[in-house]
Amino acid sequence: MLSRTADHLFWMARYTERAENTARMLDVHVQTALLPQSTDDAEQGWRAILGISELLYGYNQKYDALTQKDVINFMVRDPSNPSSIASCLKQARENARAVRGALTTEAWEIQNATWIKMQSYLQTDALEQNPSEFFEWVKHRSHLSRGVTIGTMLMDEAFHFIRLGTFLERADNTARIIDVKFHGAKETVKQGQQQSQQMSPSLLSKDSKGADNQIDFYYWAAILRSVSGFEIYRKVYRDVITPERVAELLILRADMPRSLAACMNQVLNNLKHVHNDVSADTERFAGKLHADLEFSRIEEVLDAGLHDYLTVFLERIFELGNRISKDFLVPLAA
Amino acid sequence: MANFFDEMYSDGAVSVRKHYDEFAAWLSAQSAETIVRKRAESDLIFRRVGITFAVYGNDAGTERLIPFDIIPRIIHAAEWSKLEAGLVQRVKALNMFIHDIYHGQKIIKAGVIPAEQILKNAQYRPEMQDVDVASDIYAHIAGVDIVRAGEGEFYVLEDNLRVPSGVSYMLENRKMMMRLFPELFTRHKIAPVDHYPDMLLDNLRSVAPAGVVDPTVVVMTPGMYNSAYFEHAFLAQQMGVELVEGQDLFVKDNTVYMRTTRGPKRVDVIYRRIDDDYLDPLAFRADSSLGVPGLLAAYRAGKVTLTNAIGTGVADDKSIYPYVPDMIKFYLSEEPILNNVPTYQCRKKEDLSYTLANLEKLVVKEVHGAGGYGMLVGPASTKQEIEDFRQRVIAKPDGYIAQPTLALSVCPTYVESGIAPRHLDLRPFVLSGKTVSMVKGGLTRVALKEGSLVVNSSQGGGTKDTWILEK
Repeated sequence: MLSRTADHLFWMARYTERAENTARMLDVHVQTALLPQSTDDAEQGWRAILGISELLYGYNQKYDALTQKDVINFMVRDPSNPSSIASCLKQARENARAVRGALTTEAWEIQNATWIKMQSYLQTDALEQNPSEFFEWVKHRSHLSRGVTIGTMLMDEAFHFIRLGTFLERADNTARIIDVKFHGAKETVKQGQQQSQQMSPSLLSKDSKGADNQIDFYYWAAILRSVSGFEIYRKVYRDVITPERVAELLILRADMPRSLAACMNQVLNNLKHVHNDVSADTERFAGKLHADLEFSRIEEVLDAGLHDYLTVFLERIFELGNRISKDFLVPLAA
Repeated sequence: MANFFDEMYSDGAVSVRKHYDEFAAWLSAQSAETIVRKRAESDLIFRRVGITFAVYGNDAGTERLIPFDIIPRIIHAAEWSKLEAGLVQRVKALNMFIHDIYHGQKIIKAGVIPAEQILKNAQYRPEMQDVDVASDIYAHIAGVDIVRAGEGEFYVLEDNLRVPSGVSYMLENRKMMMRLFPELFTRHKIAPVDHYPDMLLDNLRSVAPAGVVDPTVVVMTPGMYNSAYFEHAFLAQQMGVELVEGQDLFVKDNTVYMRTTRGPKRVDVIYRRIDDDYLDPLAFRADSSLGVPGLLAAYRAGKVTLTNAIGTGVADDKSIYPYVPDMIKFYLSEEPILNNVPTYQCRKKEDLSYTLANLEKLVVKEVHGAGGYGMLVGPASTKQEIEDFRQRVIAKPDGYIAQPTLALSVCPTYVESGIAPRHLDLRPFVLSGKTVSMVKGGLTRVALKEGSLVVNSSQGGGTKDTWILEK
């Protein structure tokens, strides 16, 4: 198929997935904000959201204070923020429109209808009234988009490039979601310090009396919920929530659909399907990344420092994306 | 409105024409609520499906729906037969004309058309002189604009032989009518149009360069911000071929390739929806980023087929239009079946003075204009507009032609105030390859403003489904 067509499909899927994960992340923080916490902690939470998405600078250019209203506005509606949900859904639709012939009618109509509905949604104050409902809607549209792809599309190259985009983006986004708390800390806090400190998110108010365990519980439970992993955790571990197990579930569990291991497994599979004369190196690169996840134990990951581990992972995902662009798609402008 | 031919009613809206009987009976049985609901439904579906067109001059990327009217334009079998025969005849002659112009120029030598009318025409492409194209066909896809003035009285308004658009609306309008009112299709014998993409693909494959067994066909678009992008994507999808932009193609050793995820792939037939000027920056406009460097050389070497061919504009130019009946007689030795609108060529002295003396009665058009831009509809214009236009014509007489204002037929159409007669035209599509073929149908465009004769979608026109009734 045309490289440009594959490129549009790949990015259509990436933007759809990104919109979904942004919605997931924001939803969790809106929920968390309902718990008693100090202004300072609340700010820290929102700073983390922006930091993890590499948007803190852009936000500070526009707003003075870190408030829920402004952050949500920036992350959902703002057309000047290329990663806002509105921007992502618009990009997803533009990419789909550019290659609508390569999609089934139903697949195109889902993308188009999402975009149309989003505009009318954002013209009302429904987002302010009930942000969770909006985030839920974004998730549903993303489910629909994936479902219509799987349910209607010929499993040819077009399909595999869409799936490649979905899972590469999800691997990136899940890593960021796990890593989010490191970005909440003030700039002065050095990263990759002692493990104990890494494991204490201290996102909750100091005076919300309770041991580390309790703080951990709320924090990690929220992370789990953001990736629809709360019930899965219970099913898999049948035990109290601990950071180590959450990390294991979201990084190494091959049967957890949003884990890094599961995503990389899918990336690798889809990459094999589109193999061409020059892609061997890229497949090897992806294979190594997958093998690292497949054959690691969580203790090793934590010994290396979770944040450092995720930072390296994100760099490798970025590199993989560039390689895929170079081998198959329209190479990113230098 | 009584003096205009009404497609549905006769005797000044007293009685219904026979071929509209069944529809009129059905329509009168529909409640106002049903119609309102169905119309809203059609809007919603068109928007959801993304059947929109981009408007130039508006904010970049603005997409608009073309208003769709649910009252169909119905043509009975006998009338269609005549139309079809006339269109096939006309397009055959036009293709022979273009071939002649780029080869022996017999028609000039015979004194039928003055040489300077052709050789000095901006649409004449010297690059095409003595270039042989597959099957000697140039205008593979023609969209001929036809208007009706009376019973059986059709006029050709324009032969669009470059990149005529609108066929996707013909197909989508039909789909919409079948979706909204399936019962109508059981009550009428309506000729189907859905097989158009198949016929088109067949036609495109039939004109592949000699020796190519299983040709690779692509549709070439200027991109998603082009006003007809929907149609480009639609046709590519319906035919199951790639939709390419200039950047997807490259030429190596006079052969055209597209960049694919598995490396370069050879392209044999390009159904291009992009003007001559933008095709190849090495040959035409150097500032074009839409084209493919080297494409003209590959084309001239016979390694790739372009549909339509380069240089077809020399035949659909408004200054050549008056000669089409002569072409039919010259090449086919037949009498033209379809009428030409009498045309005054302002480059001729006597025609110019007639035009200037009768501006308020005439329609004056730019020779190279299209899309309803740059024209004067005398009877519908103010004194000031007429005077402004007069100066433009005087300044550049050979840039204009004038025609009498035709009494375009009307058809009942939903407008804000209810159902009212509105003027319309018809654009059927003629495919030429190894054979000449048509689907029974076309795009009916309707001017939604009362009294307006301008049906172009860029000027706020709407469309209707067009039914050709089977015998």
